[in-house]
Amino acid sequence: MKNTWPLWEVFIRSKSGLSHKHVGSLHASDAEMAVENARDLYTRRNEGVSIWVVESKHITASDPDDSDPLFEPAKDKIYRHPTFYSVPDEVTHM
Amino acid sequence: MTSLNFETIFQSKIDDETKIEPKDWMPDAYRKTLIRQISQHAHSEIVGMLPEGNWITRAPSLRRKLILLAKVQDEAGHGLYLYSAAETLGADRDDLVQQLLTGKAKYSSIFNYPTLNWADIGAIGWLVDGAAIMNQVMLTRTSYGPYARAMVRICKEESFHQRQGYEIMIAMAKGSPEQKAMAQDSLNRWWWPSLMMFGPSDSESTHSDQALKWKIKRKSNDELRQQFVDVTVPQAEYLGLTVPDPALHWNEARDHYDFGEINWDEFWSVVKGNGPCNRQRLQARVKAYEDGAWVRDAAIAYAEKKEQRKLAPEAAVKAA
Ligand SMILES: [Fe+2]
Ligand SMILES: [Fe+2]
Repeated sequence: MKNTWPLWEVFIRSKSGLSHKHVGSLHASDAEMAVENARDLYTRRNEGVSIWVVESKHITASDPDDSDPLFEPAKDKIYRHPTFYSVPDEVTHM
Repeated sequence: MTSLNFETIFQSKIDDETKIEPKDWMPDAYRKTLIRQISQHAHSEIVGMLPEGNWITRAPSLRRKLILLAKVQDEAGHGLYLYSAAETLGADRDDLVQQLLTGKAKYSSIFNYPTLNWADIGAIGWLVDGAAIMNQVMLTRTSYGPYARAMVRICKEESFHQRQGYEIMIAMAKGSPEQKAMAQDSLNRWWWPSLMMFGPSDSESTHSDQALKWKIKRKSNDELRQQFVDVTVPQAEYLGLTVPDPALHWNEARDHYDFGEINWDEFWSVVKGNGPCNRQRLQARVKAYEDGAWVRDAAIAYAEKKEQRKLAPEAAVKAA
């Protein structure tokens, strides 16, 4: 029989106060096993305090070919950055 | 856009040191080369557990046993990181495993040599992991993102592997005359196969140019091999052991060690399946896979049952 354990993406919070970050993937028969396997595979040296797993098929990703139309509009909006504005030297705390 | 355009954009990304990510356009040959290289690398980590696993039950102390267990478990982890990287290229895990078990895929020939005495566990950590580190440090800068990231993780773990091996060598080389003789014997047997780990010399290596252009590799086989010899010879001297190469000497003008010719007949013979342990290694992997089949099936059956209970709790209770 073909191994049909699905693929899971693993996200680890390295310490409290930080977000979970993608670290890789693994195969497991269910979510519970995916968490256990993630513990053994990705946190052998105290790399984490919390694990998220999600079946890979549930992730929707943007298409890199669309990255221009997706991200280009943000590029010319330099007025969204504080450096766009000049503040007189005499004015402080801003 | 024509595929020629795609290819130009792809190469210019590589030239600019922009990493290639899984959903980016890439030439078919780049994808194929990576799947082959990454899966071979993964297979090597998995088969690499066997020669060392051979000594877990016979480690000379509890400390050494714990260390060796942790190292072998790390190697399993390395295999899994790498299979996971290969899957981002569209490879199927099960296909890759089948390629290993049927002998279609290669793994590093070094693991087809036997571990005859305890000093071999020292020599493997020191030399084999040492040679692997040379290659893997280079690969942390490889052009394919998931492969590079897997390598960063792996390299962080590898340095303990090499140090624990060298520590064993120190204990043996500074121990009784018998222990020192074992250490020397093990260096004699592992030195040349370790140099062979870097692959054929540049003049013989068929895939090298394209791999360098695509920045899959960033140094040639001979460059890496030279680097390994240069750092390892002084380590052997510290141990008071003799590197089994009469041609080895420091070349002032080149600022490198010169060393003797590798026995390429032996190299190709082991690659082709005629090393001392090729059959044994593959048999062990096939047996592990077959013996584990019922566990994989049972886990799936259990997951399905749980899923059904969640969907229709009453029906499941009735059925039970
Ligand atoms: Fe490894
Ligand atoms: Fe290692």
